[in-house]
Amino acid sequence: MTQHASPPRDSADTVAPAGRTPAWRGLRARADVRTLSLLGVLAALVVIGGVTKPDEFLDTRNLQLVLTQASVIGVVTVGMTFVITSGGIDLSVGAIVALASVWATTVATQEYGFGGILFTAVLVGLGCGLVNGLLVAYGGMVPFIATLAMLASARGLALQITDGRTQIVTVDGVLSLGERDSYLLGIPPLVLVFALVTVLGWLVLNRTTFGRRTVAVGGNAEAARLAGIDVRRQRLYLYLLSGLCCGIAAFLLVVLSGSGQNTNGNLYELDAIAAAIIGGTLLSGGRGTITGSVLGVLIFTTITDIFALNNLQSDVQQIAKGAIIVAAVLVQRRTASTT
Amino acid sequence: MAPEPPLLSMSGITKSFPGVRALDGVDLDVQAGEVHCLLGQNGAGKSTLIKVLAGAHQPDDGVIRWRGEPVTLRSPIAAMRLGIATIYQELDLVEHLSVAENVHLGHEPTTAGFVVRGRAAKEATGRLLRRLGHPEVDPGRLVGELSAAQQQIVSMARALSHDVRLIVMDEPSAALDPDEVDNLFRIVGGLTADGVAVVYISHRLEEIRRIGDRVTVLKDGRAVAGGLPAKSTPTREVVALMTGRTVEYVFPERPAPPPGDGGTPVLQVRGLARDGEFEPLDLEVRAGEIVGLAGLVGSGRSEILETVYGARRPTAGQVLVDGRPLRPGSVRAAVRAGLGLAPEERKAQALLMLESVTRNVSVSSLSRFARAGWIDRGAERAAARAATRELSLRPDNPAVPVRTLSGGNQQKAVLARWLLRGCRVLLLDEPTRGVDVGARAELYAVVRRLADEGLAVLLVSSEVPEVLGLADRVLVLREGRVVHTAPAPALDEHRVLDLVMEGSQAS
Repeated sequence: MTQHASPPRDSADTVAPAGRTPAWRGLRARADVRTLSLLGVLAALVVIGGVTKPDEFLDTRNLQLVLTQASVIGVVTVGMTFVITSGGIDLSVGAIVALASVWATTVATQEYGFGGILFTAVLVGLGCGLVNGLLVAYGGMVPFIATLAMLASARGLALQITDGRTQIVTVDGVLSLGERDSYLLGIPPLVLVFALVTVLGWLVLNRTTFGRRTVAVGGNAEAARLAGIDVRRQRLYLYLLSGLCCGIAAFLLVVLSGSGQNTNGNLYELDAIAAAIIGGTLLSGGRGTITGSVLGVLIFTTITDIFALNNLQSDVQQIAKGAIIVAAVLVQRRTASTT
Repeated sequence: MAPEPPLLSMSGITKSFPGVRALDGVDLDVQAGEVHCLLGQNGAGKSTLIKVLAGAHQPDDGVIRWRGEPVTLRSPIAAMRLGIATIYQELDLVEHLSVAENVHLGHEPTTAGFVVRGRAAKEATGRLLRRLGHPEVDPGRLVGELSAAQQQIVSMARALSHDVRLIVMDEPSAALDPDEVDNLFRIVGGLTADGVAVVYISHRLEEIRRIGDRVTVLKDGRAVAGGLPAKSTPTREVVALMTGRTVEYVFPERPAPPPGDGGTPVLQVRGLARDGEFEPLDLEVRAGEIVGLAGLVGSGRSEILETVYGARRPTAGQVLVDGRPLRPGSVRAAVRAGLGLAPEERKAQALLMLESVTRNVSVSSLSRFARAGWIDRGAERAAARAATRELSLRPDNPAVPVRTLSGGNQQKAVLARWLLRGCRVLLLDEPTRGVDVGARAELYAVVRRLADEGLAVLLVSSEVPEVLGLADRVLVLREGRVVHTAPAPALDEHRVLDLVMEGSQAS
């Protein structure tokens, strides 16, 4: 009957609060190893950047730029992490960002000012997420196909709205958010939004019933169903959440670029999935980490920045990204098989 | 001894899985041209033995001789090369490929490395199908479009496409109607006339009498009788061999007045049916009572339990809890009304294998620990700890991952989930599957204690002694129909086995 290696710790219960047991710490330690290795990679990248281009890379403006660029894809990645944790996938995030950004910057929308732009971006994101969720949860479609269809349709609609033209934002309130004057203690407001979304995402995934159900559905959907969880409703909510994140990201992108374009968010789906996977979220579902995803985003954005500063072409960047994804997943499989 | 060595001779085959000794020194001799029947209850080791024979499992100990020569069956391909083919109960065909492509899967006729589509393979397949008495099956059709019986023929054709000397058939008649069974027997007769040996597994004694030459009976991982004459051994003797207990389980005592008397039923099932799975069923379970459903695989046991639970939608009838009907086909309605299921496939259907015991226990009661969706993890841990302690789950630390637990303790984690939820009706599907013999008595005691505390328990098991020892009342099922109902003490294992195997003729 003694099938577990750790010795009984009956006495510890009365002293320490329940749960602060060796195994629990072991689990936390394991999570920390992964987080630490990601932090290590990020630190190594900062060193590389600092050594190769000391003046430019470590410049405050450059670091602010890196973080700002990470913010848009980062918000998308937080939503994507939830979807992947539940065993799903959302290929339509980039297209939703594009559609939301152009819909929010039409001449008609801009008449309603700041609120109109923000509201429209979020609403379009939620609407697309709702369609995705209904198709997957109640239409019985495979997430890959449902969101692939959304990718195509949303891109098409975005092109139809803009007719291929860049829609310049003229609302001052929106534009000023991206300017240096509005930085708080040197931190761009976009980065603050990203930080807020990250913290909320972490709390929801780790501390709420919603997060638990997400993990349960991803870990074993049949067991979740037989345990009394409404698996379909949960899936609907998850795609809604991803859509919401896309809407917020679209607004950030509008602020950042001062415009709306139908080519926005190109290949965001790949970047977001890659960041989540190298962060430690299982593509098969059942385990997700917001911390890891955010570190994954920061690693990718930093690489892009370093390559750009060193005048390396984007083809080299793409190759490096691909290599990193492969390496991260190989490491992940190694650790998964040993635990 | 015959001067000619037997075609196949397995001796002293032993195979253990974590916590279970599935085979414990099994001997089996098969002669060319005979139908050798393998008989035994579920869990007796039949499947493990044929998987060893098919090269899918490697024995821990023992010798396999093929025509007198010791051989090692390192892989299914190695077994196939010798001429051993296995037709599994769950057919392993690719639905989206044609009949001919399935038959030649893995050994496609090739020219210079390219798979030859079309004629040669189709003609070869056609010849095999004619030999099997099914010329009407078109080699070009997709396997997914065929009936179950036709798919089985394809599976057999695939076996015969190799130069096969021995065919293992695992309950081939289970999915067939009587005409198709007759044809199957014709095929078996044709094969043995060609000198092919057949190892035939079935629960149905009458089939074994019709086509069998010899019978080997397995029980608790041992061959309790080898090579009995299939036609002349009395049924009594065979049944006695199958059921004679070598391991005595300790069952908890039943409460003095049978708990079924008097009280109002908590669970009522009225005319519940699912087409093709089980016929209209009525049953009642009172608070404190354990009702058992006994039957073999395919008798509809698990299907009944899952339909009661709402995991399958019934085609007729209703389920009532405390007299109130449940919304049909809704697990959530059932859980809300106080039902809890410990499913047959614990890992696939109940457990979140990546998660801790705590999270597995609390998953059905999350809202209890949450305010506005925010989980009070301290309260969650304390409640999970209390529930697992009450069931003496080991190790006494619900923070460990559930996958590190033994089978018996994983089952306790599932029970703790429903205990924490405060469920009133517990549905147990094969509660001791994959549980050590030593840990079973403890699990039985837990179930009885839960019943004593007022739970209504509906128990399904293929192990007849388990149903008889644990339940207060027993319903005997055969092919989706209740053939007998009685208080458990009024039944014995032989009687139940007669009922499940012979069905209405015996009652």
